[in-house]
Amino acid sequence: MGLLDSLAEGLWLVATLDLRLQEIVALSLGVSLSAVVFATLLGLPLGAAIAIARFPGRRGIVVLLNALMGLPPVVVGLFVYLMLSRAGPLGSFGLLFTPPAMVVAQAILILPIIAALCRQAVEDAWIEYEEQLRSLGARGIGAALTLVWDIRFSLLTAVLAGLGRASAEVGAVMIVGGNIDGVTRVMTTTIALETSKGDLPLALSLGVVLILLVIALNAVAQSVKDAAQRRYG
Amino acid sequence: MIATGRILPLVLRDACFGVGGRAIIDRVSAEIGAGPSTIILGANGAGKSVLMRLMHGLLSLTSGEIAWSDPDPERRRRQQAMVFQRPVLLRRGALANIVYALKVARVPRAERERLAVEALEGVGLLHLAQRPARVLSGGEQQRLALARAWALHPEVLFLDEPTASLDPSATREIERVIQAFDAAGTKIIMATHNLGQVRRLGDEVLFIHRGRLVERAPVNDFFSRPVSPEAAAFLKGELPWK
Repeated sequence: MGLLDSLAEGLWLVATLDLRLQEIVALSLGVSLSAVVFATLLGLPLGAAIAIARFPGRRGIVVLLNALMGLPPVVVGLFVYLMLSRAGPLGSFGLLFTPPAMVVAQAILILPIIAALCRQAVEDAWIEYEEQLRSLGARGIGAALTLVWDIRFSLLTAVLAGLGRASAEVGAVMIVGGNIDGVTRVMTTTIALETSKGDLPLALSLGVVLILLVIALNAVAQSVKDAAQRRYG
Repeated sequence: MIATGRILPLVLRDACFGVGGRAIIDRVSAEIGAGPSTIILGANGAGKSVLMRLMHGLLSLTSGEIAWSDPDPERRRRQQAMVFQRPVLLRRGALANIVYALKVARVPRAERERLAVEALEGVGLLHLAQRPARVLSGGEQQRLALARAWALHPEVLFLDEPTASLDPSATREIERVIQAFDAAGTKIIMATHNLGQVRRLGDEVLFIHRGRLVERAPVNDFFSRPVSPEAAAFLKGELPWK
């Protein structure tokens, strides 16, 4: 089958909302969005705290956090696999090869991205706000929360970077999910599998969907940000 | 509205502040009491802003002492407010900006809204209460910053060149608000290099030259008979027609 035929068939699968395709896309979105929610809830406060707190070894933490943005997904996958496997410390929960395990792996993968980008944004804003907030008597966690809330639309970029990374990675979900058909098969693992099997239409259609979804999510986020900028200055 | 425990007078004893061995503020001693508004005057880079930040507690002395009459740091902080050259307002409504300041100052929730509305009314911005603060004009933003300070009813208000980046009509509005503060009994301590403003708003002048307090005098005396050669030179440079 030629490339054009594969592409045409792939687009046909997308256009007809193929059921199998829908399942895979839904699971992918569910896993990655959940991972983003958890990583955001942990990463934003963590990043803000590191931005504002002054403690010995802070520089080292900042370097480490920045370095962890480049965590290899397969290594995260392996780590989570070891934790969740039958013999591992969290093995009794029986989470290995389930979607929750994939959420955990992706959340760990993108936590440093969200925290590091948040730290940078908050630190930049702190330069502008510090004197005024200290003059008003805002300190510590209260000041950090004020700052995070005030630059919330800039922080959207950090969250989006995390979402992009989560939805694009294949190594971590492959290892902890196992790529089980109908259970833990997501877009990226399907693309990898179908390509090696030679089923190019499904792989291509998923590739198209993946890219379109990422573009759509970013477009929505950007317009939210623009609208907020116009509204709040 | 001013609480009974007063924090003035403010006493500086050999206050010094340096960065990397260079003295920015050099052995300044003065007692600043309640009542007359105090202008900290000097050329750009003389150390006016740094001196005010030291008084307000945003910077710490390298050596020497700054003492308020109230030993409790929390009460001292609560009785001071500062308005900066460029106001930093939060991305929320004008009224919400003031309510935020009152919340941080631990004003009971039930009173915040009333105090905030009063303060906005005082600076003539009540009609913009719900407008996002960051989209207001420069003059309106500075008036909002003043209202935010006003709502706290501080005993001492520090003003760091509050009109330096504003046009004449916005400047007049700001000066009117500062006069109202003064009339209500708030101690004004303001840094400026604008001599017209000194005459309009000041009762006494602390003249700073290269980090040192070289002259302190009532405004009229300062303009008519400056004692120090530095002050005389500054006045001559700023008012070349004299």
